[in-house]
Amino acid sequence: MFDIQTQLFEGKDVRLGPIDHQKDPEIESKWTHDSEFMRMMEISPARPMSAAIIKKQYEKLEKQIDESKNLYHFAIRAKEDDRLIGKADVQWIEWTNGNGWIQLGIGSAEDRRKGYGSQVLRMLTRFAFAELNLFRVSARIPEYNEAAIALFKKFGFEEEVRRRQALDRDGRRWDLLVFGLLNSDWQNRAGA
Amino acid sequence: MRDLFRGELVRITSEEPEARAKVEVFWQRDTEFHRLADADPTRMESEKKLREWFEKQNENGFKPERYSFAVRTLAEDQHIGFFVLWLDLIHNEAWVGIGIGDREFWGKGYGTDMMKLCLQYAFTELNVHRVSLGLHEYNPRALRSYEKAGFRLEGRTRKDLNREGKRYDSLWMGILHDEWMQMQNGDQQ
Repeated sequence: MFDIQTQLFEGKDVRLGPIDHQKDPEIESKWTHDSEFMRMMEISPARPMSAAIIKKQYEKLEKQIDESKNLYHFAIRAKEDDRLIGKADVQWIEWTNGNGWIQLGIGSAEDRRKGYGSQVLRMLTRFAFAELNLFRVSARIPEYNEAAIALFKKFGFEEEVRRRQALDRDGRRWDLLVFGLLNSDWQNRAGA
Repeated sequence: MRDLFRGELVRITSEEPEARAKVEVFWQRDTEFHRLADADPTRMESEKKLREWFEKQNENGFKPERYSFAVRTLAEDQHIGFFVLWLDLIHNEAWVGIGIGDREFWGKGYGTDMMKLCLQYAFTELNVHRVSLGLHEYNPRALRSYEKAGFRLEGRTRKDLNREGKRYDSLWMGILHDEWMQMQNGDQQ
């Protein structure tokens, strides 16, 4: 299981890879025109973004990765045709405390409910625990994102914090949840 | 109308960058102060660097998402601490950072009085829906003080911190506008 030859970034149907500055902006721009996707991913206001804006963001992101040294970003690609289907991060890592935050999203509706998220989360937790050697990881999920809650629970994440009425969306207040998984719990499950 | 800037023991002030830097250098000598206030490694910063940082804040002017204050005691007129409110203007929430750098004034009700002023400012001047804060499991004095001010524990991220080779939880607290209003109306226990 923890063999050095393990491929960290190859799932059954999907793989994690670097950003493609030529091809990806056009596709991610399309996702940002889907307000539901934006509201599931982010707590900042949803807004459509052109390919040029996404391109700039990629450049900013890579600069941030170099300078902050506490951020890892992956493009999620379908193995069959290498097309971009989502994105994933390990971010806000505190190295002295061994903690970090993970996030993932599958961009277009037709790629959802196919088990891709599961494959990505499996790789992402393995990366966080067996490569970055984090002690624990957290995930921030709005209470209305039921798909994400089910996915993270499936991997053993526990609801640790419920920030009551922290979000104002669609004319009402929603709780913002924090889920957590410890390396030790992940190892027990991986071994089982 | 309420006096927003005056509590029972302390008052809210604005201090010059020179004064803030000088006192901050003194506070930073105290490892425990840093470890109670923050999750990152303790470090020392020069007076010059700190002064320039405070000067830059002044130059940038007031920002709608950041409210930073110094705190003085009423009795001695001594500069003992600070608090900062960061606003999420979209979701109408404020995050609080609060600290008393001078340990002579720990455990004597000054922090609780500061938090009272802080919440009054957040709820009656900034008009936020909720106020949030984070603290460490190894800071039970702060937990008691925040509970007294009306905060509720909303959860803990398990074994989040590593200090001196031991793991500690991070604690998350919040208070809603309605809860705070009820306390003001005499439901205070």
